[in-house]
Amino acid sequence: MADAITPRGPKPRRRFSRANVMLYGTLIVIAAYYALPLYVMIVTSLKGMPEIRIGNIFAPPVEVTYQPWVKAWSEACTGINCEGLSRGFWNSVQILIPSVILSIAIASVNGYALANWKFKGSEVFFTILIVGAFIPYQVMLYPLVIILRELGLYGSIWGLVLVHTVFGMPILTLLFRNYFTSVPEELFKAARVDGAGFWGIYFRIMLPMSLPIFVVAIILQVTGIWNDFLFGVIYTKPADYPMTVQLNNIVNSVQGVKEYNVNMAATLLTGLVPLIIYFASGKLFVRGIAAGAVKG
Amino acid sequence: MSSSQSSSRKPSGLFRNLSAKIASVPMVLTALVVFVGGTAWTVLYSFTSSKLLPKLNFVGLDQYERLWGTRRWLISIENLAVYGFFSMIFTLVIGFTLAALLDRKIRGENVFRTIFLYPFALSFVVTGLAWQWILNPDLGVQNVVRSLGWESFTFNPLNDPDIVIYGILIAGLWQGTGLIMVIMLAGLRGIDEDIWKAARVDGIGTVKTYLRVIIPMMRPVFVTALVLIASGIIKIYDLVVAQTNGGPGIASEVPAKYVINYMFRAQNLGQGFAASTMMLVSVIIILIPWAYLEFGGKKRG
Repeated sequence: MADAITPRGPKPRRRFSRANVMLYGTLIVIAAYYALPLYVMIVTSLKGMPEIRIGNIFAPPVEVTYQPWVKAWSEACTGINCEGLSRGFWNSVQILIPSVILSIAIASVNGYALANWKFKGSEVFFTILIVGAFIPYQVMLYPLVIILRELGLYGSIWGLVLVHTVFGMPILTLLFRNYFTSVPEELFKAARVDGAGFWGIYFRIMLPMSLPIFVVAIILQVTGIWNDFLFGVIYTKPADYPMTVQLNNIVNSVQGVKEYNVNMAATLLTGLVPLIIYFASGKLFVRGIAAGAVKG
Repeated sequence: MSSSQSSSRKPSGLFRNLSAKIASVPMVLTALVVFVGGTAWTVLYSFTSSKLLPKLNFVGLDQYERLWGTRRWLISIENLAVYGFFSMIFTLVIGFTLAALLDRKIRGENVFRTIFLYPFALSFVVTGLAWQWILNPDLGVQNVVRSLGWESFTFNPLNDPDIVIYGILIAGLWQGTGLIMVIMLAGLRGIDEDIWKAARVDGIGTVKTYLRVIIPMMRPVFVTALVLIASGIIKIYDLVVAQTNGGPGIASEVPAKYVINYMFRAQNLGQGFAASTMMLVSVIIILIPWAYLEFGGKKRG
């Protein structure tokens, strides 16, 4: 029996051995469990409310309706405000784009400085930055309120952009620093001999060479910032709430009859952006989270 | 831009490498002002009686005494302990098992990995709401099992104060195990093929090889995974807000939620600062042994 599941070496011939059936059987059952919530959300969002009340949560819709999606997008209510999730979506887009650009621009230059232009104390600041990544956000929430208020940014989208830039910095700086450290030093030295300076080397050599790591950083930031709830709820006003916050307010609103199909359509709409990025990016997504997790 | 070379031949210490220093200003500000300064500020003000606005009226440990005398905080801590304990064990076991299954040179590895990991791409709010719906007592899983004929079947964690935290745990595990699987898989891929050959030559079974040889070899990976899981557990907030909002009653409150409530809703800043300082203390308690193992151990080894 041990032979049938020979673990390593040349690819063994596939057989319907008992061990193989068990292995694939287990994997398929677990995969079904992981896929189930997404499936339930999709079928629920396509059913009418009468069908949901009498039916089975796992059953596919008898009569497919797209009405819940329309309602979730343009009519769903938070309290007395009924303009749907579209507003949250556009808020999230407005928050997302500057946050992603600013955080990556700053962190990439930062990582580059740390990798190639070390100065006295640079490693100390970097260590503080990385250790700081473990501090619970709750400890820094209020000081940031004060800082943003002093800057006149509290309650505005730009304040939230700044917060995302600050809290994205440890992981992104680490990502870029490690990448730029792995670039052959001869290349850097040759550029210096040719008279290129800090910015010249960054824009003409490092940047074009490191597009893959920029893609990884973008994936990391887009999903992270899109999924944020805590900062959105604290640093913006209700009119500027990102999609996650608005979604929670719509679904957990105590007013009116619960429309589970609309709720699930709204939930799926909010999850759509990170899901598309996840399914489209494949291994790069894995690389992004592994870069964050497995550090030296 | 002033590159470091265009300046004088013998630059003074401060202006050497000036561009790099300018480029590092955001990092320095983040590290010193937000991380160090912000943390120190919160700890300092946790000893004050600040209510609506931060004020330096020092009251010693009053806020902490009140904190540990508040039922809601005690419930939060208990929930965090229960959630944390089971989350650590199950995430490690499930994450490693999934990685080991995927490492058996199977077909369709990418498909399985994609399915196990997709919940991790979702927001905690989405996860919480999805599981809130699945665990709905009237229309969810409980209803389906009952309609199959098992009339007395009861599975209603989100409305039962005694087990509500396990309802949140189910959702948390669904979302978080994929990440640990990926990390474990990377660790497994890093193990030399010869180890497996040697184990086979010695006639050691697969499961036994994992338990006796592979897992001990992967100690650093497990430590990384544990630190990741632990720091995620302490942060838990949005999942609870979305799935139960702390209910029924205050049965599923967690520390992070306590902090936000006191700081931004109840306008009792001092309580919020004290509670967040306790969160910081718990992180330090976790990090110090880890730092010791990671960095202190190497010197001896």
